[in-house]
Amino acid sequence: MSGYDMAIAIGGEAGQGIATPGDILARLFVRRGLNFNSYNAFQSIVRGGHIFLTLRTTEETKYSHGDKLDILLCLNQDTMDKHLHFMKAGSKVIYNSDNITPGSAADGVQLCGLPIAELTGNARAGLNQNTVAVGAILYMLGLEFQVLKDSLTQQFQRKGEAIVIENVKVAQAGYEHAIKNFERFPDEIPMLSTPRGVWSGNDALAMGGAAAGVKFYAAYPMSPSTGLLHWFANNGRNIGAMVRQIEDEIGVANIVIGAAHTGARTLSATSGGGFALMTEAIGASSMMEIPTVYIDVMRAGPSTGVPTKTEQGDLWQALGASQGDFQRFIAAPLHAQDAFNLMAEIFNLTDRFQCPAIVLSDLLISEGHYSVDPEELDFFPTIDRGSTITEHAVGKTDYLRYKFTESGISPRAVAGLEGYVHVVATDEHEENSGLISDEFTNPHKRRAMVEKRSRKFENIVAEIAPPELVGPADADVTMIGWGSTFAAMHDSLALLTDRGITANFLSVKWIVPLHADKIAEVFANAKRTIIVENNQSGQFARYLRGETGLVPDGHIRKYDGEPFMPHHIADGVEDNLKNNTEQFIPFQEIVV
Amino acid sequence: MTTTIELTAKDFKGVDPDWCPGCGHFGVLNSIQRAYADVGLQPHEVVTVSGIGCSSNAPGYINTYGMHTLHGRALPFATGVKMANHELTVIATGGDGDGYGIGAGHFTHAARRNVDITYVVMNNQIYGLTTGQMSPTSRPGLTTKSTPFGSIEYPYNPITSAIMNGATYVARGYSGDIRGTTKLIADGIRHKGFSLIDIHSPCVTFNLENTHDFFKQRIKKLDEVEHDASDWKAACEYAMEWGDTIYTGLFFEVESESLSQLDPILKEGGPIAKRSLPLTPEQADRLKSRLM
Repeated sequence: MSGYDMAIAIGGEAGQGIATPGDILARLFVRRGLNFNSYNAFQSIVRGGHIFLTLRTTEETKYSHGDKLDILLCLNQDTMDKHLHFMKAGSKVIYNSDNITPGSAADGVQLCGLPIAELTGNARAGLNQNTVAVGAILYMLGLEFQVLKDSLTQQFQRKGEAIVIENVKVAQAGYEHAIKNFERFPDEIPMLSTPRGVWSGNDALAMGGAAAGVKFYAAYPMSPSTGLLHWFANNGRNIGAMVRQIEDEIGVANIVIGAAHTGARTLSATSGGGFALMTEAIGASSMMEIPTVYIDVMRAGPSTGVPTKTEQGDLWQALGASQGDFQRFIAAPLHAQDAFNLMAEIFNLTDRFQCPAIVLSDLLISEGHYSVDPEELDFFPTIDRGSTITEHAVGKTDYLRYKFTESGISPRAVAGLEGYVHVVATDEHEENSGLISDEFTNPHKRRAMVEKRSRKFENIVAEIAPPELVGPADADVTMIGWGSTFAAMHDSLALLTDRGITANFLSVKWIVPLHADKIAEVFANAKRTIIVENNQSGQFARYLRGETGLVPDGHIRKYDGEPFMPHHIADGVEDNLKNNTEQFIPFQEIVV
Repeated sequence: MTTTIELTAKDFKGVDPDWCPGCGHFGVLNSIQRAYADVGLQPHEVVTVSGIGCSSNAPGYINTYGMHTLHGRALPFATGVKMANHELTVIATGGDGDGYGIGAGHFTHAARRNVDITYVVMNNQIYGLTTGQMSPTSRPGLTTKSTPFGSIEYPYNPITSAIMNGATYVARGYSGDIRGTTKLIADGIRHKGFSLIDIHSPCVTFNLENTHDFFKQRIKKLDEVEHDASDWKAACEYAMEWGDTIYTGLFFEVESESLSQLDPILKEGGPIAKRSLPLTPEQADRLKSRLM
């Protein structure tokens, strides 16, 4: 049994206020302690276009927005025309019958027209249709009206009592219309013991940064990373952190290094295009051995690409970011809570190993919203600054910033301390920071310094946890993915079980360093291996082959801008088993 | 406790420069070191930040914290240092290509933000380290390796640009005038806000037109014409003059709160870089409650 599983989609155009009913429903679900996640499919447009928000609430822990829709709320004709075909028996389609004509639905789909003008009895029908519809949905879910009344009061209290009264009134009209005309869903919506909250993946990254001690956030706005800038702008004063919007990502990336040189933990996030501008600075961070963390929230590229669509297309950009041959950390969090936990870990690693780190999130993780139990979050993680020096040493005269050590790590004095005055340089330098790049270039000194930096990464894989295989050990199929595909792979296991296929999966978070031995062991024990990734050319598959020589039995790839739904993966696995398909590319049914 | 003793320019000397003999930059370097001593700074309280180019080698020649960074990026690095620890004195140095070419975007915004950085530009109107190409400040007609038939582009005016962009202290020096340049830099350091000191610093190897002789014949000090430095229009008029007379001195100065004075986050709690990293229980509780 998979327990309660309810998915609601709301479609309309930008400016129609889709977010508000989405927020109200999300809060209703998480207050009952239910698992929640949402995915918003939209376009880069402030007014108009087509938006399709999917909200899913489940009793069990699920990570994706699922495969089916139980309710489709059409705020315009376009939504009806585009998505009615997706609705299956037992589902309900809600629409404003004043101005939307229903199409022909599959058997067992209940078409639920709402005569909005009649129900609201005023001229603001267009504005109120969302609230009427939420009233109807509440009845269908089997909830008492009082629940919605409380929620609306909370949602609109800042706008004044008149607005609250109006919304409650029209919601009640929708609720009562539903009592008379529509059926409830048979499953009772559960009430679990611990209420939860809601956050987005960007919130998780930002909060993880805050818990890790980020006191300076610098950024240039770029979708889908801008949520972090907004989070720090709204919470900076609470946590004593400075927030600066900078003229471009080149400026951002270099400001981060300047601030880090004084000892501040500094963060920035961007998307692929901004990250491309940042890359020279990432090399500078390595050369000067100043710790930095950069987040790339990937979107569909290349170039401006599809700004509101997701893709795992920047892996090789991260691997090759900046000229030269140097060490960096690269991690792709698997889901929102993983992103939160990653931040403290990666800040500690960069402080200890004095090098840059890149976090690869993507639109799916970052802009998705999820239930979260704040009590499960560690807001006081261990903070390890390695051999960072932050105290004066009056009279000291023998400090060598780039001192040769066995580990390759040289104690790093932050700027402003007496006794440690030194220069950091992007030119190659010697132990005392003197440049060797120009007049006095010396191949032996150059080699020694390259080796010093590389020694830091000699046993680096021991510093991070290996990826974990999820699912039965002796499965028919082993899926391997990285980052955000965790969600759909996780949720596909139950589907595969229903189809008589046992599967397990390995989601890789740490790209560099890569737990090659662990992955090789998983391959060795697998009956059949399939790599799943959200790009066209198989960036991870090619990287894995380069690092380990491992080649899977098949690939499932998606690069249409939309994320995997679990059945896309199940279909691919089934096809691979039946037809030995080398590569499966699922068809995206929901088009926005 | 840290040490505070009166220092001289010598105390700010780093390694010996590898500039060409006769390079104008020696005069600027000398002026920077004297200005540090005149202001009464200690080496560990200063961060000298540069980009890339002949002049950008300066941090290594100066005994302070130094950051020798990327081409065109001295100002972002310097902004990061200053905003994270506003107790430090931050000086950015570099050349005309670094600051007005590849770094022009940052120059505009550092001036507009009025971040408290003193920007010392050694302007030789040529790319020297890359062996002699046109720069943004090269005059029309200048023959260089990239303009063998003479430059046909209009030169960038750092003084008027800085004023238009909101810089609150804008001066021009000449590297042959060490005493005058020292004063301009020292006053720039004392000034709260973004200060530009654009210094004509001849390249004796690749720019054979804008030489020491060229400037010596033309330089006239603004002090001699009783210029009112609060008058931005007059400042621009003097700055545009480029013929028999080239003015040096303080063109423009206005008192205006700097970025670190304005940012509410710095009103209490001390420098960002010195703040305790872990959240307080109260801060964490507020973050948790916002999730619910």
